[in-house]
Amino acid sequence: MIGEGIQSTNQRRHSFVQDRVEVGFFTDPSVCIGCKACEVACKEWNHVPDDGFTWSGNSYDNTGHLGASTWRHVMFLEQDRQKGNQIVGSHSLANGDGEDPFRWVFLSDVCKHCQEAGCLEACPTGAIVRTEVGSVLVQNDVCNGCGYCVVSCPFGVIDRRPEPLPDAGGAFKCTFCYDRQKSGLVPACAKVCPTESIVFGRLDDLRARGAERVQQLQQSGYNDAQLYDPTETSVRGIHAFFLILGEPEAYGLPPKPQVPTIYLKSAWGAAFATAIASIIATLLAFAFFS
Amino acid sequence: MTSDSPAEKRLEELREQAWKDGVVPGRGVDVVGGPIPRKPGYYGQPVVKPPVWTWEIPIYFFVGGLSGMSAVIGSAAFLFHHVDLARAAMWLAAIGVVLSSILLIMDLGRPLLFINMLRVFKHQSAMSMGVWILSTFGACVVPGLIALELHAHHVFGGTIDQLLRIAAAILIFGSAFFGTLLATYTGVLIGATAIPAWFLHRLLLPIHFGTAGLGSAAGLLELLGHRLAALNVVGYYAAVVESVLLIWLSIDKHGMADRAIHEHGSGWLIRIGEILTGPLALVLRLLGLVPFAAMSFLVGALVSRFGWIAVGKVSGSDPESVFAAERY
Repeated sequence: MIGEGIQSTNQRRHSFVQDRVEVGFFTDPSVCIGCKACEVACKEWNHVPDDGFTWSGNSYDNTGHLGASTWRHVMFLEQDRQKGNQIVGSHSLANGDGEDPFRWVFLSDVCKHCQEAGCLEACPTGAIVRTEVGSVLVQNDVCNGCGYCVVSCPFGVIDRRPEPLPDAGGAFKCTFCYDRQKSGLVPACAKVCPTESIVFGRLDDLRARGAERVQQLQQSGYNDAQLYDPTETSVRGIHAFFLILGEPEAYGLPPKPQVPTIYLKSAWGAAFATAIASIIATLLAFAFFS
Repeated sequence: MTSDSPAEKRLEELREQAWKDGVVPGRGVDVVGGPIPRKPGYYGQPVVKPPVWTWEIPIYFFVGGLSGMSAVIGSAAFLFHHVDLARAAMWLAAIGVVLSSILLIMDLGRPLLFINMLRVFKHQSAMSMGVWILSTFGACVVPGLIALELHAHHVFGGTIDQLLRIAAAILIFGSAFFGTLLATYTGVLIGATAIPAWFLHRLLLPIHFGTAGLGSAAGLLELLGHRLAALNVVGYYAAVVESVLLIWLSIDKHGMADRAIHEHGSGWLIRIGEILTGPLALVLRLLGLVPFAAMSFLVGALVSRFGWIAVGKVSGSDPESVFAAERY
C-alpha cells in the first residue's frame, strides 16, 4: 500500500475537477516522520506569508496551530502510552508489562473541508464556495473580513489575517490547492509527502483505504487506532479525514463537532418571541399609562 | 554545611518532589513540554478560534439595540399621539442606524469591500440576515423621520401633508418591525457559532440583547427629558426581564463548558452588566429615581455587551470548554 512510487495517486496527474469527482485527504500519523515538508510546500506554493517564529517548547512543534497563514500544521504529540507492540523499559522483556511507556506521534493537521461547512454557511458575502471536487474555497477578492467564519468553524481552522502581513484583513485557510487541481496536479502537501502519510485521491477510495489501514494497524498491536471522520454529527463527514492513535482530544480535535447552523432555529425562535413581547409590552404601556 | 537551614530544607523538598512527580511547577517556570505535556487537549491550544472582533462590535450591539427599539417606542408614541416623543425616538433610531453602519464597516478587515455583503441573501447566515435587517431598517427609519418632521412642521399643506402623515405611519411601523429584529438578531449572531459559552445560551442571548435594547431606548428618552409614565412602565418591564435573566444565568450553568460566564474578568463584566440592568435599575425605579435607573440600565447594557464578547474570547480560547460542551 505505502510507497507506490509514480503509480501513487499522490504523483499521478488527474482530471477530478473536470470529472466532478469528490476528492479528499487521508492523513495517517502511523507513517508520518514529522519532516514538515507539507508545511513548507504549502507555504511556498500558495505564497502564504511568514507569520513569525517563536519557540513554543511544545516538542518539535513551533508552528502551534492552523490559522490564516498556516494551512498545514504538523503536530508532535508526546504521550505516556505504548505505540503498537513497542517494547519499553528494561523489565518489559522479562515480564511483559512495560514500564514508562512513551510514544511520539506526528500528525499533519489541515482544513477538514466539511460536508456541512460552518464557515461556508456563515459567510455573508458568498466569498466561501463549494468547488466541483467538494472542497471549501475562500475567494480572497470577495472576502471583506467580517470575521464571522472564524467563530463558525467547529475545528478552529479559518482565521482573519492580521496586519502587517500581505493581504491582511481577509479570511484564509487551506484551498485544497484548487488552482493545482484544476490543472490536474495534486495538492502541494500530498505531492511532497515522502512517506505518503498524506494521501490525496478520490474520497470513496480513501475512505476504504483508511478503514483497511485501521484494521492493519490494530492487527499489529495498535489497539487505539481509529478513523477521525465525524459522519454521525451535523458536520456529516469531512473531506480531509485522519487516522488517529488514541483520543481525538489529544490532537485538539473536537470529538463531536457540530455545524453551528443547527443552533439557528432555537435562537431565531427566542429572537422572534422577544420581538413580539417587546412590541406588545410597549403598546400596552402606552395604551394604559398615557 | 547548614543543611538544617530553611533554605536548604526547601532545596531538599524540591529534590524530593522532582523525584516523586517527575516535574516541579513553580512561579515563572512554565512546564509545557517534558516529560509529558499536562495541558488539556493539544498543549492547551484552542480547539475553536476565539472571535477576532474588537471594541466596535460590542458598541454596535449596544447602539443597534437602542436604535432598533427606539423605533418601537417611536411607533407606539406615534400611534397614541405623543408627537414630540415620536420625533425624539425616531431621531434616536436614525442617528443609531447611521452609527451602527459606521461601526459595522469599521470592524471589517477590508472596509472598502463592505458592499459585498449586499450581493447575496443567505437565510442560514445570521450575519447576512443582520446586514439586510440593518439596511431595511435604515431604509424605513430615515425617510420615515423625514416624513414625520415635514408633517410635524406642516411644511406642505393639504393633500401632501395628509400623504406625508400616511407615509410616516407606514415607514415608522415598518421600522418598528425591523427594529425589533435589529435588536434581537445580534443574539442569534453569536448564539449560532462554535463558541461553547455562546451557543449554550442561544435562547437567552436574543432575549437579553432585545430587552437591553428596549430598556436602553426608554432610558435614554427619559434622560432626554421625556418623563412619560408609559416610558417608566417600559423601563420596569425591561428591568424585570433582565432580573429574571440574571437568575436564569446563575441557575443554567454548564460547568467547564460555560465557565467563561462565571469566572475570569469576562464573568465579572456579565455579572456587573446584569446587576446594573436588572435588580439595581428595578430598585432605583421603585425609589422613584428614574434618571438614575435609566443611567444604571444604559451603563449595564453597554457593559454586558462587552462582557459577552469577552466571554466569547475566553470560551473560544479554552479547549476544555469545547470538549465539555459536547455533552450538551
